[in-house]
Amino acid sequence: MSDFLSMGGYASSVWPSVALTFGIIAWNIVAARRSFAAARAEARRRLAVEGSP
Amino acid sequence: MDWTWFHRFGSPPHLYGLAGRLTPWFAWPSAFLIAAGLYGGLVLAPADYQQGDGFRVIYVHAPSAWLSLMAYTWMAVAAAIGLVWRMKAAHAAAASCAPLGAWFTVAALCTGMLWGKPMWGTYWVWDPRLTSELVLLFLYLGYMGLRSAIEDPQRADRASAVLAIVGVINVPIVRYSVEWWNSIHQAPSVMKFGKPSISWPMLTPLLIMFVGFTLLFVALLLVRLRGEILRRERHARWVAEVVAG
Amino acid sequence: MSSAVSCARLVIGRDLRLAFRNRTQLLHPLLFFAIVTTLFPLALTPEPSQLRDVAPAVLWVGALLASLLAIEFLFREDAQDGTLEQYALSGRSLTWLLFAKTVSHWLLSGLPLALMSPIVAYGLAVSPAAMPGIAASVALGTIALSLLGAISAALTLGIRRGGALLSLLTLPLAVPLLIFGAQATARAIEGASLVAPMYFLAACAVLGLTLAPLAAAAAVRISLE
Repeated sequence: MSDFLSMGGYASSVWPSVALTFGIIAWNIVAARRSFAAARAEARRRLAVEGSP
Repeated sequence: MDWTWFHRFGSPPHLYGLAGRLTPWFAWPSAFLIAAGLYGGLVLAPADYQQGDGFRVIYVHAPSAWLSLMAYTWMAVAAAIGLVWRMKAAHAAAASCAPLGAWFTVAALCTGMLWGKPMWGTYWVWDPRLTSELVLLFLYLGYMGLRSAIEDPQRADRASAVLAIVGVINVPIVRYSVEWWNSIHQAPSVMKFGKPSISWPMLTPLLIMFVGFTLLFVALLLVRLRGEILRRERHARWVAEVVAG
Repeated sequence: MSSAVSCARLVIGRDLRLAFRNRTQLLHPLLFFAIVTTLFPLALTPEPSQLRDVAPAVLWVGALLASLLAIEFLFREDAQDGTLEQYALSGRSLTWLLFAKTVSHWLLSGLPLALMSPIVAYGLAVSPAAMPGIAASVALGTIALSLLGAISAALTLGIRRGGALLSLLTLPLAVPLLIFGAQATARAIEGASLVAPMYFLAACAVLGLTLAPLAAAAAVRISLE
């Protein structure tokens, strides 16, 4: 296990890369959902204010 | 030829519903494939005979770099469709591609730098791949900057579409010129990847990662696309029905 | 055909007349070029051999930034006083009219920069034998740059404080021009053959000539909507 974690001496390259990529993926999932939720909330609010078109 | 399918496909309510229904069909396979590819790449694949375990960065670097270019191409294609057929949904798709592509460009740049540290002894080298990836990031930022600088959404869509098309013509020229520049100022590159000597046990996880990342991109695109469609269609009756439910 | 040519001649003549009526604006990019390239020896070293090494970079980055400064004014006044709208409604091809405008812009900014580059290069300890090659490469490079700039200028029309955005849009697209142009200049200084980089610059210019006016016309139409 510790062999695997040390990555043959390249741990400082491999693990940050993996962590960073998955961090960016996670952030993009959150951001995409947030962007959609914000658009829907905005449409709802508009509907509540202006009534059904 | 009957083009009704095309207009039906591009009609915002249809696309909105379709995107919602399709998202899980892309998201779950992508999660599965990325998990499998990561296990294959980090555990099963043998170490490289020159770079040892250091080459394993490729399993996150190469798919990110692939997405960064694919996103730009899709963005330009969607922008061209939007410009030619005045299709709102296509502009919405182009707008959704940009932040995703920019993020994956950042991922490709950072992982490339982390990979470069043991290979070159420094994080940054003016390697042609890294350099053109950096220019690509600037192109994305310019696109998003133009989009946010124009207040009228329809004008923003159309102006940024022109920029995306100009950019996609420019990307191969940038790539070529940077490679030419590098060949003149020959700094012998120690980094060797993408060589045909790469073996199947190494390549299979990489291919799985490519497919997984592509599916992930589509899933993220679909989620963003729905939001962008709602923003563009907020006065439409169907939006009221969808949102109220 | 002849009407198209005379039309272009009218546009170019008008632009040149207007520009010469307002000469200081014409001089600003050139002055900028001169000042920026003066800063380098001051910041770096007066040592001729070192200056010669950095001369291609200094010349090209200076020329790039100077023409960027000029590009900002390519369409601005015509957009403000409604001339562009008249062009779009004139029934003539807007692509062709914008092409003519780009030509006059190059005559007013690219060509003077090219003519000035040997003087600047002389200040950077470049031998006189390299001057024709340097001027030719700057002339060819600024043709492509003017065309590229026409697209960005048209895209940023009507955006308040569009100057920074204009740079952000144009500079990444201008990377190939910078590489080929600086390489041509470096070869001129070494006394080597300029053929390869000049061909690449010419290829960029031809691609720009065919596509840039179309894109600029599309962008102007969008900004007028």
